[in-house]
Amino acid sequence: MLLEIKNLHAKVEGKEILKGINLNINEGEVHAIMGPNGSGKSTLAQVLAGREDYEITEGEVIYNGKNLLELSPEDRAREGIFLAFQYPVEIPGVSNTNLLKTAMNEIRKYRGQEALDAMEFLTLLKEKMKIVELDQSLINRSVNEGFSGGEKKKNEIFQMAVLEPQLSILDETDSGLDIDALRIVANGITKLKSDKNAIIVVTHYQRLLNYIIPDFVHVLYKGQIIKSGGKDLALELEDKGYDWLKVDKFQVTG
Amino acid sequence: MDKYKNIKESFLNNFKDFENSLNGESKSDFHKIRKQAFNNFYELDFPDRKNEEWRYTNISPLLQQSFSIPNNIKLDATDLSNHILKGIDAYVMIFVNGKFSAEHSHLENIQKGIKIRCLADCIKNNDKDLLQHFGKYADCKNNIFTSLSTAFTTDGAFITVDDNCVIEKPIYLLFLTKAGNVNIQTQPRNLIVAGKNSQLKVIEHFSSTDNSTYFTNTITEIVAQENAVIDHVKLQEESINAFHIARMEVDQERSSNFTSHLISTGGKLSRNDLTSKFNGEGGEAMLNGLFLIEKDQLFDVHSFIDHAKPNCNSHEHYKGILDDNSHGVFNGKIMVRKDAQKTNAFQENNNILLSTNSLINTKPQLEIFADDVKCSHGATIGQLDNDAKFYLKSRGIGEEASKEILLHAFASDVVNHIKIDAVKNYAEEIITERINERKKES
Repeated sequence: MLLEIKNLHAKVEGKEILKGINLNINEGEVHAIMGPNGSGKSTLAQVLAGREDYEITEGEVIYNGKNLLELSPEDRAREGIFLAFQYPVEIPGVSNTNLLKTAMNEIRKYRGQEALDAMEFLTLLKEKMKIVELDQSLINRSVNEGFSGGEKKKNEIFQMAVLEPQLSILDETDSGLDIDALRIVANGITKLKSDKNAIIVVTHYQRLLNYIIPDFVHVLYKGQIIKSGGKDLALELEDKGYDWLKVDKFQVTG
Repeated sequence: MDKYKNIKESFLNNFKDFENSLNGESKSDFHKIRKQAFNNFYELDFPDRKNEEWRYTNISPLLQQSFSIPNNIKLDATDLSNHILKGIDAYVMIFVNGKFSAEHSHLENIQKGIKIRCLADCIKNNDKDLLQHFGKYADCKNNIFTSLSTAFTTDGAFITVDDNCVIEKPIYLLFLTKAGNVNIQTQPRNLIVAGKNSQLKVIEHFSSTDNSTYFTNTITEIVAQENAVIDHVKLQEESINAFHIARMEVDQERSSNFTSHLISTGGKLSRNDLTSKFNGEGGEAMLNGLFLIEKDQLFDVHSFIDHAKPNCNSHEHYKGILDDNSHGVFNGKIMVRKDAQKTNAFQENNNILLSTNSLINTKPQLEIFADDVKCSHGATIGQLDNDAKFYLKSRGIGEEASKEILLHAFASDVVNHIKIDAVKNYAEEIITERINERKKES
């Protein structure tokens, strides 16, 4: 198993957001996590990436046999975890190329591999840019600075393409994209999918799942997964919303 | 008020010794200027913190010291190679403890239209050009440090460029101090006169071979004639125990263009007064700076841009990175005089405090008497952006590397404006070195 989340509880500023998440993910799988605003989807994504603002109060996360929660954010990335941010951060003065080169080489060093030379690295970038149809000019610009919403999201998937993670967590990568950008981003993700890696797609909407067919769909509500199903569950949610589930849940627990 | 009598007496004794060493030169016109300056010095009081210009900078650590005039010393082979800027193709003047060293300098095959001379020779020869310009821009009258520096002036660079001459190579001035634990005083004095339509790049580099306590009291006067373009860089890497008092006065004639970069890491106490004055329309001035300070260092910059004429533009951007118990002071004065319509003056000062005990006093001071102008100023004080740091870490970049990237990024909009690649690369190196030192300490 690639990722095993057991009874995960997390707090931020004294408020419990995750209240016992259980989730198992195998290589080659795509899991969609859906749910209404404030249900804890982004928190889960950030906790997995190692954001220090969250306090883990209970539970454990095993990734590739390792205790994930003991690893620093950078070591998680070096172990193959990638978070595509819901709101990619603008970093003036740091070029995209510089970020990726440093990241790439730190990851390679961690894995005992030689650093890439400048030529190898540029060739790699050019090849990966095609995957998300990223404009050449963007890679020499400061990270996300002055990028449009769509460019920022493309840039996240471009970074994912370069770093080749084993587990990608896409936090609302589809939000704010027009239909053309959505198609490009979704096609990019599909190209990166393989039987060796896994993807967690956090989303509000079903439309991204038309391109990236999930093996499992989970509904997160008030910090717990209240329902899991196949790809049809996403369609059902699109159709009926979340209220019918909330009632179910209420009936179950009440 | 005689609290500082001791240091004044010690300078008086030094001045007597200095005069005795001059032989015939003590009767020269130039020495009259020195004597007048010393009298000024003796009458003036050292500024204390009641003086608005020195409100945040306490100079009593300097005034508790006494200093002596340096003896001639020899450099070891490594002294120079360890401190000279690498990879620079320039006309090189080396000054050791304030004195020009022809032996170590490189002034051969100099382009036509430029004269690069050491001040000592010009003083000896009663050079007319020197007497015409010297002290005309950095006035002694009400400035005790300028008076002191002028009184002891012995050497420095005197650079003149003829009209219409574009000087390709930069002029690199290295002021290397090898005090060897003797409290010495040096007063490098530079005078740069760029003729009409000329272009010139000058680098001043202050460095020390050891951690001695000493006092550098330096002045640079610059004249940019009509349409001249001058690019000035100063690298200040004095000893961690040194006192560095510096003044730069720039006179800008019509349509001239002056750029200044100050990269400052050294000194226990360093104070930089810099003034750029527009004497004609259409002038451009850019004053940029980056200071990286730590331990108990104090860095102070007081700038003054005098928009005396209409249609001039000035841009000023200073950035500070402060660690440990260090203290920074930024005071940016912009004067837009009554007739200086259509002035554009922009000023920005950003600071990152890496420790809880570091302190920055930042003060924009805009005095605007014209009504059709664009002026802005801004100051920020903060820490490294945590969101940006997490973003970098989430890509596999470690804590220290993330900090390094973000500090370089912070400094980049100052550093990237430096036009001479060797200097720009060196500025980047200085930042990296600082971060590596931090790593070792923690």
